[in-house]
Amino acid sequence: MFKWFGIVNHTPHTKVAAFAQNLREGRITGSRCRACGHETFPPRADCEKCLSPDFELVPVSGRGRLWTWTRITAAPRGFEAYAPYVLGVVELEGGGRALAPIGASVPEDSLAMGMELVLVPRVHEETEELHVDYVLERA
Amino acid sequence: MSRVGIVGIGHTPFGRRTDASVQELAAEAFRAALADAGLERDAIDASVIGSVPEYHKQRSLAGVVQEYLGLLPKPTWLTEVACASGSAAIRTGWLEIQAGAHEVVAVIGCQKMTEISTAEVLALMGRVGEVQWESSFGTTFPGYYAMFARRHMHEYGTTRAQMTAVAVKNHFYGAKNPVAMFRKEVTAEKAEASDAVASPFHVYDCCANADGAACVILASEKRARALKRPVVWLSGLGAATASMSVLKRPSLTGLPSAEQAAAQAYAMAGIKPDRIRVADVHDCFTIAEIMAYEDLGFCAKGAGGRFVEEKRSWIGGSTPVNVDGGLKAKGHPIGATGVSMTCEIVKQLRGEAGERQVPDADVGLTHNVGGIGQYCFVQVLTRDA
Repeated sequence: MFKWFGIVNHTPHTKVAAFAQNLREGRITGSRCRACGHETFPPRADCEKCLSPDFELVPVSGRGRLWTWTRITAAPRGFEAYAPYVLGVVELEGGGRALAPIGASVPEDSLAMGMELVLVPRVHEETEELHVDYVLERA
Repeated sequence: MSRVGIVGIGHTPFGRRTDASVQELAAEAFRAALADAGLERDAIDASVIGSVPEYHKQRSLAGVVQEYLGLLPKPTWLTEVACASGSAAIRTGWLEIQAGAHEVVAVIGCQKMTEISTAEVLALMGRVGEVQWESSFGTTFPGYYAMFARRHMHEYGTTRAQMTAVAVKNHFYGAKNPVAMFRKEVTAEKAEASDAVASPFHVYDCCANADGAACVILASEKRARALKRPVVWLSGLGAATASMSVLKRPSLTGLPSAEQAAAQAYAMAGIKPDRIRVADVHDCFTIAEIMAYEDLGFCAKGAGGRFVEEKRSWIGGSTPVNVDGGLKAKGHPIGATGVSMTCEIVKQLRGEAGERQVPDADVGLTHNVGGIGQYCFVQVLTRDA
């Protein structure tokens, strides 16, 4: 049920929909190509190296180092209630990168390039519709 | 290979055009370009429309423009590559002529953006990032370039003041451009005191949504010469694409699409970057102009901040850039922007740029970027000696 993923979901249908179910169960997963073994994050159904459609979702640690960030004050439609919010990109230790909100354990004035952060799954069941996402917290 | 010439240009004032619909804006630019070329409407064999359809209620805009301009039943279609749609339309017109399909093609970039709210525009533009893994967390267009800026500052020591210097320069020249949206200078103090948008950006780091249209009339070399008017030649063209996802970029300190498109355009024109006398580059954000200096080879990688700080991109410097005000002060009606850039360089090469004329401008360049650098189109323009 990929429509669960994100604060506002734009892509309810995808072949990697099990990612959202895994996230709900507390596991962050990337994709591994069964043909050539190449792993990617975010996951994708069709291997970026060999284009094989034969993939599986495999656990990733979610640990990474901060690559860049921004504090968004002027929010797009659908996000006004969250503004201002800080978004960061981490380079994951197993390869790949992830974009996610910076969580409460990391005050903005403590952000520094290369600092260690970890993606932490979040499940929001108090809302009308279930949604799941992840947030970057202090490692 | 024979060349394609630009024989006519037309440009509306950019800004909040509450007086006109999108096809009416297109007509302003088209009429001016026909008059500039000394051509009748019947001489136009086809048109190409550069525009981004999501901003308009009207679907399939090309047909509406074609009908309104009285160009039926000549062929037309829309090109869309986000903010580079205008240059993509010019490239399409160039291809049509080079293929021998047509002799004279009108390329019209046109856009109405002020009919929808800023929050809606932010949402639309944020979705030019990858929507499955990025936009679902509330990314915005300024937010992406802010993340580029953060890396550029970290890796090269680029400063807040250097980014502000881009805004100060572009407003200085925008004040002298009769078609610019903001015709007033800005001080560094005022720019840095403006409201936060996406750190480290303030309002004055960002270009403004605008309405407007621009038109260039392209002709085969034979037809262009027969008009016996000054012709500006499309002497080099380049186009390249980079990842949609910011997560897949090799670095955030430049645009690989821009470097590659520039290399193609320089090679086709047979010149090096130091031959460019005037350039219009895609300064959707202040950092974008700094990265453009570097990607286009006007200065070394990482030296872009100093380049503007030392006024080397002002008139009198080594490569004057955006002396029409750039997107920053001229305004950014996204589909029109690439065509507007070409209009400005044509003016400069003809010596018609008035008080912002670059002396001895005989070779110029445009650099039009779509999205967050997913698409880049570069043109090298020349005139007859």
